Amino acid sequence: MAETAVAKKKEGGLAFGKKERRLIVDPLNENNPITVQVLGICSALAVTSLIFPSLVISIAVVFVCAFSSLTISLMRKYIPNSVRMIVMLVVIAALVTIVELFLKAFSFTVYKQLSVYIGLIITNCIVMGRLEAFAMANDPWRSFLDGIGNGLGYGAILLIIAFFRELLGKGTLFAGTPLALNIIGAGNDYLINTETSFLFGWYVNNNLMVMPAAAMFIIAILIWIQRARFPKLVDVS
Amino acid sequence: MHTTKYTITFVFILSAVVALILTGFREGTKDRALAGEEIFNKRGILKTIEPELGEGVTADGLSAEEINEIFDTKIDQKVLDTKGNVLTEDQVKQAGYKGGKAIDVDIKKEKKKPEADRLLPLFVYNGKEKVYIESVIGSGLWDLIWGNIAIKADKSTVVGASFDHAGETPGLGAEIKDNPKFPASFAGKKILDDAGKYVSINVRKGGAVDVDHDVDGLSGATITADGVTEMLNRGMKYYQPYLKKQ
Repeated sequence: MAETAVAKKKEGGLAFGKKERRLIVDPLNENNPITVQVLGICSALAVTSLIFPSLVISIAVVFVCAFSSLTISLMRKYIPNSVRMIVMLVVIAALVTIVELFLKAFSFTVYKQLSVYIGLIITNCIVMGRLEAFAMANDPWRSFLDGIGNGLGYGAILLIIAFFRELLGKGTLFAGTPLALNIIGAGNDYLINTETSFLFGWYVNNNLMVMPAAAMFIIAILIWIQRARFPKLVDVS
Repeated sequence: MHTTKYTITFVFILSAVVALILTGFREGTKDRALAGEEIFNKRGILKTIEPELGEGVTADGLSAEEINEIFDTKIDQKVLDTKGNVLTEDQVKQAGYKGGKAIDVDIKKEKKKPEADRLLPLFVYNGKEKVYIESVIGSGLWDLIWGNIAIKADKSTVVGASFDHAGETPGLGAEIKDNPKFPASFAGKKILDDAGKYVSINVRKGGAVDVDHDVDGLSGATITADGVTEMLNRGMKYYQPYLKKQ
């Protein structure tokens, strides 16, 4: 008797138990927003041609998803049902604008590179989807964690796609940052120089990888691999 | 469930709170954003004269302090009108640019004015010889394109160029900015012919033919490339009255 009473007490408030950990870990695999919930595909196509922009957008989405979930969850009992969607959009748009202002102030160069994609976070289905599916019906702390989890799940997929697209499409990794690595290409500054390499002399940059269609193929392959590894996900969506 | 009056009040309060928060963030970050934008524009200008800056020096590699130092010590900023007259700082301030200098002039804003009223920013780099860095703006396929081009003291030979765009297609029109080979192809070209007449530079579809006055076109981006040709032809012509007097 005493045990169940104690267990029930731990469920409220700012607890970080198994259930809370699942909110962050599930979206990384079992409930991944892109490969399982199939949301947020559009921006995954556009921004993933290079790793660095994908990284910046992922961080921005984690921030927007987490804090919009928190805000909407705090307000959930007071939002009139007739303007529910509009209120969500206002909150999301405000947060995205804050991200934009911050980026503009602290790294104008990165801002110029990403100005289009940052605005597109407002239309990212994942953010709206989590607000409707979770934040409107759960307490603020858990909604915040759910936002973080889904943002991280989205970011993980984005980085995987960007890794392959940049490596196979341009032969580099992290181009445009101080950590830029030239992996494969024609010329001496590449790790694998196609002009002199014995095994890889035939390799030319795969131009399909530069186009958004490549991201669709990679997402499809990721979904295939994930469902082969975890059969219980096969008929989920 | 909720009354109409409640809904309207809620929406009003939400809008007011959001507006206040965003305005607060904007004001708090405005100075840093403007400084960042100025450094970004200065970098674009220095990209055109990279060979002059020293061995192995790139505009992207310079820090903000280094960029400001070059501008303060080695660059004369002048604002011209389309007739070749140099405007005073006060005249520039009157036109709406509080800083009064060439770097403050917004070429997008100037493009909307009738030609006779336009202000032209000019940056004169005092290296071993003078280099004149001009700003040009025009139309690409989807939206505006603009750039800077640096001309040697002989008023004809190009030192370098840099371009940017508002909405060209990545991989096609956006190559004017993303592919370093495109601006690099302008180095060494001449804008005056052997007789001293202004002929500008042609971005030629199918590849450069005239060694002095053509650069290779961009495959798949003919309209953007034509936009660059037009932009340079018209844009550099505005500076000719001033340059002739030098």
